[in-house]
Amino acid sequence: MKRIESTNDFVVKFANVNGSGSASANELFARAILRMGVPVAPRNIFPSNIQGLPTWYEVRVTEAGYQARRGGVDLMVAMNPQTWDADVKEIEAGGYLFYDNTKPLPKSKFRDDITVIGMPLTGICNATYTDPRQRQLFKNIVYVGALSALLEIDPAEIERLFSEQYKGKEALLQSNVKALRLGRDYALEHLDCPLGLRIKRANAVGNKIFLEGNNAVALGAVYGGATVCAWYPITPSSSVAEAFIKHCQKFRVDAATGKHKYAIVQAEDELASIGIVIGAGWNGARSFTATSGPGISLMTEFIGLAYFAEIPAVIVDVQRGGPSTGMPTRTQQSDLLACAYASHGDTKHVLLFPEDPRESFELTAKAFDLAERLQTPIFVMTDLDIGMNTRLCEPLVWDDSVEYDRGKVMTYEELEAGRDFGRYNDVDGDGIPFRTLPGTHPTRGGYFTRGTTKNRYAQYSEAGPDYIYNVQRLLRKFETAKTCVPSPLLYPAEKPARFGAIFYGSTSPAMQEALDVLAARGIHVNALRVRAFPFQDEIADFVASHPWVFVVEQNRDAQLKTLLVNEAKVNPSRLLSILHYDGTPITARFIVEQISQHAAARTVVPLKKVVS
Amino acid sequence: MTYIAKPSLHHPDLPKNAVGHTRRDYEGKISTLCAGCGHDSISASIIQACWEMNIQPHRVAKLSGIGCSSKTPDYFLGNSHGFNSVHGRMPSVLTGANLANRELLYMGVSGDGDSASIGLGQFAHCMRRGVNMVYIVENNGVYGLTKGQFSATADKGSKSKRGIINSEEPIDMVGLALQLGASFVGRSFSGDKAQLVPLIKAAIEHKGAAFIDVVSPCVAFNNHPGSTKSYDYVREHNEAVNRLDFITEREEITADYAPGTVTTVKQHDGSILRLRKLAEDYDATDRIKVMNYLQERAAEGEVVTGLLYVNPDSQDLHEHMETTSAPLNTFGARDLCPGNVMLEKINASMR
Repeated sequence: MKRIESTNDFVVKFANVNGSGSASANELFARAILRMGVPVAPRNIFPSNIQGLPTWYEVRVTEAGYQARRGGVDLMVAMNPQTWDADVKEIEAGGYLFYDNTKPLPKSKFRDDITVIGMPLTGICNATYTDPRQRQLFKNIVYVGALSALLEIDPAEIERLFSEQYKGKEALLQSNVKALRLGRDYALEHLDCPLGLRIKRANAVGNKIFLEGNNAVALGAVYGGATVCAWYPITPSSSVAEAFIKHCQKFRVDAATGKHKYAIVQAEDELASIGIVIGAGWNGARSFTATSGPGISLMTEFIGLAYFAEIPAVIVDVQRGGPSTGMPTRTQQSDLLACAYASHGDTKHVLLFPEDPRESFELTAKAFDLAERLQTPIFVMTDLDIGMNTRLCEPLVWDDSVEYDRGKVMTYEELEAGRDFGRYNDVDGDGIPFRTLPGTHPTRGGYFTRGTTKNRYAQYSEAGPDYIYNVQRLLRKFETAKTCVPSPLLYPAEKPARFGAIFYGSTSPAMQEALDVLAARGIHVNALRVRAFPFQDEIADFVASHPWVFVVEQNRDAQLKTLLVNEAKVNPSRLLSILHYDGTPITARFIVEQISQHAAARTVVPLKKVVS
Repeated sequence: MTYIAKPSLHHPDLPKNAVGHTRRDYEGKISTLCAGCGHDSISASIIQACWEMNIQPHRVAKLSGIGCSSKTPDYFLGNSHGFNSVHGRMPSVLTGANLANRELLYMGVSGDGDSASIGLGQFAHCMRRGVNMVYIVENNGVYGLTKGQFSATADKGSKSKRGIINSEEPIDMVGLALQLGASFVGRSFSGDKAQLVPLIKAAIEHKGAAFIDVVSPCVAFNNHPGSTKSYDYVREHNEAVNRLDFITEREEITADYAPGTVTTVKQHDGSILRLRKLAEDYDATDRIKVMNYLQERAAEGEVVTGLLYVNPDSQDLHEHMETTSAPLNTFGARDLCPGNVMLEKINASMR
């Protein structure tokens, strides 16, 4: 058997039981490696459950800094008997299995082509601790200690993390250090350390930060000036609002009075959430909600109202698997069409596609400017993969000189000076009318907001021409949106390429890695990352300049492709869909394999090569 | 009526209130409801109350859902911003608007279909939260705009215009509001302006969720014998528990009351509610007794009206949330954005 030998480039997967306290121990493991200057890309793979069901934590150690899932497992830390068989099966040939051998297992439960490392974790904990809860919790720290010896992780880094975490809690600090050393010492004494997989200090992390997408969205909302948040708990978006609460408590409490410059309502449902957001937006406060697919479904009537009554709103959709309740704890990019065309009647909405937590921060903050500039709902389309995983990314930046763009709001002075106000009147051709905020002027600028037909002065009207005027103007506004939303980013191939690839959102890290791998294999692909809907002309131009364009997505129905064909009017026969939708994040391996197959099928082999 | 334009020139001698407005300045567009509709009387009462209270019309925001009642905000306070939102969802839109700017006066107008059927959930949660608003339900027990279906407040055993007997239990919105924590609950009748105007005035001054259920007969679909929401039926069964005189802090008290017949309730802002008792031992500040009394009278088929319950020490959502006294919609980047230096610190904490 050939053991896998690799330094700073391998995948460790922890198979645990939900609710056993493993999450913090596993994250400790990942952070310790980061502190050694070696990038990691961790991912939670968890059930819709609080206690008892299987949960996994996958840590990709990657000195090259690839943030996608790689696929495959080099070291399995198998702590869950329920999933033992599948977990053992998943290990790459030549890989490693670390397990609790307190209770012997029959030989049939193992494989011949992997290295098996048994350690009596339960036995050690039962001998050391009397409290059942401690036995359970410290077992996790004991295995982290053992892994530090097996993988050559510097234990001083782990102890430093403990001292940061348990600052001022001496007893907790000491008991964790004790458990860590217990595991490490046992491993050094009894196990064959180190394995073929090793961590070696490097300098590949730089000033990058380790940030979770939902937290980044919440920070974006704080920086973007959101003052009203209404939400209803739903996985995987709940931690957006919870993080917003935490940040507001820190940054938005008036030092002199103790009063809050924010209002957060946990509403009774998603209908009320979006209603509150729309009411606040109508009244001039920056407001947002965070939800997931089922919440979007419930909000659609209101979203249509906000579109037609032209009210700013920001909706963060942390996408999960659908339809129906679908896969609440799995990731997908499957709400694109639902959001792009949310509501009855002719509606179209602006969507933003951040690629990682850093861009989630940036685009969430920008969404508030867009919402007020365009006077319409703006969707920030993240997903579980971005939202609920901690990702190594570039530091957040903010330009203090930039003022918020409050859009076209007519002031008291303008009204007083006699400026004509027509709430739905396009005065300068960009399709965006002026609005007034309630309470501005005693006799001018008041209007009645409604979702039914009105004329350009917001008076009730069922006349066809008035309706046509408004809906055509909304199309003009959508054209204007193209000039405001973030433009697509081109990743040109190093050599002339016949293939193009379009991707977006959380596919980004896997795609960028796949492009490197493909290039190394001689398959050159120009790639374009779409960052927003509506689509700018360069997206159609990109498609037109390649005979074949792969559209890489994490949904079954090729939703971005549908939008491209429908809205950018690109030639569908040029588009080749690469679709990954089993609920796990897409991997570079998957993309490489799919593109390689397509490329082979479409590469014209010279005749003399075939006959020779 | 809708083809007649309202004259914009008013008689020069029309009396003006303390803020220089005539009563006509509080009017809106001409109503498009049926002639004789109870809802128009309610709009007139709102106009009267706002004029008498010297409210600046543009400092009022009027919000509604969908239905006949929800159309009415277009027919009063024409210089106020209005929002005709989606069916049954006025409470959430109003809550958001209120959070954005706590300085305006929020008037939510809804109907029994809008608030007791499709919007029952939002009604309930709005009461629970104590949103500072006047919540008026124009209750006619019937769907008017869709031509005469029973609504959820239609009494069991009442008869529709088509002759169908309602077999379902009615939803009592007053009972619900009391249970859900509304701090001001009244019921009135669109045909009794003398009772309704002071109720609206007291509700406007009240801090918190002030709910008024106004029985408002639908002349087109629910004003026939066998209906329990007709003008005749309500007049026969109306049992007022008190007569309210609303007195602002600044007004001199001139009325004479026989001793023992009046209860005085002072609200948070100093305004005084004088309740002339009509029912013996009725205490509008004792929530439990009020709930019991209403149940007993309802069992007798009576429609109890008046200021049914008031908590003079009420709090509203902004107090619960400890929001700043300056409206949230007045803050800019300087007040809200922690800035780049802080962001550097945040970055550092995530390494």
